[in-house]
Amino acid sequence: MTRYLLKRILMLIPLMVGITLITFSVVHLAPGEPVEMQMAMNPKVGKEARERLRKFYGLDKPLAEQYVTWVGKLARLDLGRSFSSDNRPVKDKIAERLPITLALNIIALVLEFGLAIPIGIMAATHRDTWLDKGITVFVFVGFAVPTFWLALLLMYLFGVKLNWLPISGLHTLGSDSYGLLRYVGDMARHLCMPILVASFGSLAGLSRYMRSSMLNVIGQDYITTARAKGLSERVVIYKHALRNALLPLITQAGLAIPGLIGGSVIFETIYAIPGMGQLFYQAVMARDYPVVMGIVIIGALLTLIGNLVADVCYAVADPRIREGRGAQ
Amino acid sequence: MSGPRRLRLLFPALLLAVTACTQSPAPPRGAGDVKPAYGDALVEGTIGDASTLIPLLATDTSSHAVAGQIYNGLVKYDKDLKIVGDLAESFTISPDGLTITFHLHRGVKWHDGAPFTARDVLYTYRVVIDPKTPTAYAEDFKQVKGIAAPDDYTVRVTYGAPFAPALASWGTAILPAHLLEGKDITKSPLARAPVGTGPYRFKEWVAGQKIVLEANHDYFEGRPWIDRYIYRIIPDTSTMYMELKAGAIDMMGLTPVQYARQTTGTRFTSQFNKYRYPSSSYVYMGYNLRHPLFKDKRIRQALTAAIDKDELIHGVLFGMGQKAVGPIPPGRWAYNPNVRDIAYDPKHAAELLAQAGWREKNSAGILMKDGKPFSFTILTNQGNQQRLLTAQIIQQRLRYVGIDVKIRIVEWATFLKEFVDKGNFEAVMLGWTTTPDPDMFDVWHSSKTNPGELNFVGFKSAEVDRLLVEGRSTFDLEQRRKAYFRIQEIMADEQPYTFLYVPDALPVVSARIRGVKPAPAGIGYNQIQWYVPKAEQVY
Repeated sequence: MTRYLLKRILMLIPLMVGITLITFSVVHLAPGEPVEMQMAMNPKVGKEARERLRKFYGLDKPLAEQYVTWVGKLARLDLGRSFSSDNRPVKDKIAERLPITLALNIIALVLEFGLAIPIGIMAATHRDTWLDKGITVFVFVGFAVPTFWLALLLMYLFGVKLNWLPISGLHTLGSDSYGLLRYVGDMARHLCMPILVASFGSLAGLSRYMRSSMLNVIGQDYITTARAKGLSERVVIYKHALRNALLPLITQAGLAIPGLIGGSVIFETIYAIPGMGQLFYQAVMARDYPVVMGIVIIGALLTLIGNLVADVCYAVADPRIREGRGAQ
Repeated sequence: MSGPRRLRLLFPALLLAVTACTQSPAPPRGAGDVKPAYGDALVEGTIGDASTLIPLLATDTSSHAVAGQIYNGLVKYDKDLKIVGDLAESFTISPDGLTITFHLHRGVKWHDGAPFTARDVLYTYRVVIDPKTPTAYAEDFKQVKGIAAPDDYTVRVTYGAPFAPALASWGTAILPAHLLEGKDITKSPLARAPVGTGPYRFKEWVAGQKIVLEANHDYFEGRPWIDRYIYRIIPDTSTMYMELKAGAIDMMGLTPVQYARQTTGTRFTSQFNKYRYPSSSYVYMGYNLRHPLFKDKRIRQALTAAIDKDELIHGVLFGMGQKAVGPIPPGRWAYNPNVRDIAYDPKHAAELLAQAGWREKNSAGILMKDGKPFSFTILTNQGNQQRLLTAQIIQQRLRYVGIDVKIRIVEWATFLKEFVDKGNFEAVMLGWTTTPDPDMFDVWHSSKTNPGELNFVGFKSAEVDRLLVEGRSTFDLEQRRKAYFRIQEIMADEQPYTFLYVPDALPVVSARIRGVKPAPAGIGYNQIQWYVPKAEQVY
């Protein structure tokens, strides 16, 4: 197991090099340069001004040199400076956006899994009953409803019509003067709708996943044996079946890790949440190369770590996998 | 409670648990007391966050909007779009048009208390023209031949030749020399915490959320009545509109459909005042004049005659706009009211097309010449619904006279890089925002037709070239007017673009805010005089 882990970790290095190369190429292949995006269609901007800015950002150098400079900085954990007018360090830009996206996604993830697992179990154990059918309808609604539409609908209902919840943003104006409890409460109220919207779509898929996984496990011989032994249905489902049925969801959870920092462009834009999704979208539209590449690299690294964590969890959850790998 | 029941109640319960404390509605506005009073805040919704609050380095409108409250230029446009002094108490132009002398206001202080002097103007000029400064605004200042400050409150600028846009260029924000001189401006903390001379001083910037400014009590034109100016960053316009309706923001720009259909109820009109005036932009369909299809001006005239501009204004802008006839919007001093637009007349269009050799139609009803159908593509950028709708209506109208039009929507960067810059298009649908000064040298002069330059349609006219130079080489308003009047006549005949419409600006402001007086310059010119009566203050 330790050897396997070490091997997996060492393999991350060539993978990361490959990822930097692909990221750099893809970003630079997109038409339009940051300078173009900032200055195009402005009668007051001459060619000289564009050249001045290209030089300032180092875009006048050959691509290979730009790549080496960037990777060199990356190796020293320096993500460079943004190509937008503020020219701030990329890490600062990411750092100020990351906590909110992380918090929001972790809460949403806990909510998704916390709800999807019982919903899935219930649908599986009540297969073909009205409850299962009801959940199926709910699941399809979840799949079908576009996030932006649901978001706007909730905003109109709870924000404008009922005036129960704030419509967008993270804080009420003037909340700086609130006491801690009131401040946290105010933020919680602002986050209600975004978290609900963020969870809703995935909840549907995950619960469906859990249902089929549970059905698969319930059909196995060892479950029939457990039932034949006269164990209660509760013990059969929650002690014997659940552990195995959770395995595919662990993979899902591992894959969700990179998503934690990615954020969602749609709900962050609609709810005016200054998270990573918004930053990434703006950076792509402005061709802010260092920011785009910084976010992609962090995302790629987290995907690799996520896969690693999922594999390890898998091995922990299922002794057969651990033993099988140990024997290799 | 059984499991399923527990679950069924979970969602509403989750929502209710966190909504126990609801937002309180705004208090009713007092009817009698409308005297100006200090206090309160104005919350404006803005789509994008600012990038830097050193305006010299900023290229986005959000940054300039915020910086506009913090800094002053030497001159500014007044409510009638005339150039008047700002930090300069007065200015004089020498009879030969080569020297501008600015007499600066005395007693003006930077927000940190340091006095404003000619040293700040000299520093700003030097940093703009410094090749190491990554600014987009050096062009106009490169015409300066010399600059001097005979004393602390006088600045004299000389030019090699009279250059009319020079005066307006001094509207650029003057930066504090005492905080920036000798330092790298690109790494200055002023980008995030600016120090200006303007009516509002910087207080707080929460990235992606809000920028808070507070009134400068020592402002040289008087203390603004409203104590705080808050920009709330809301990237989605639908969300912003709902925030407006919920009373969480006081000011935003409406879309035509919001203005015409969604803000007409008495509940809304009692809480908000809507304003409407011509914006400083126009939308056009530009033809690639290097393309064989558009070389003949009769074709371009025919296309204009086949397009019903009233229909576009009605259908796309809900009537909130006016026809564009040329490159200068109506109402400006350089606008030529005598230029006659080519009226919508499909018969006339057909005649012009026939004169140009497009007589026969194929079985599909499309005009044919030399075995080829009259077909072209209108290219426009993604993310602009108004332009797409405009193109679709035009497509229908041109089909009516036998022209097959295709529409292609392309992402902005690709649109510029692959098509516009390379001249790789047949027709484009775009808009220009115009400055109060009518100089349009970069858009129409034949020297600006190279790849990446703004005369991308390839318009060349010796007479227009001469008039463009004449128009920018004198401060004599009558002489300039004459030149621009003639340019508009030529454009109306040549039709390098079909000038489509000038949309109206449609701002909405909370009714508790008084003192808003729309003028040709819009509503923002007198913001320091806006106030909220004591009884109606909510913040």
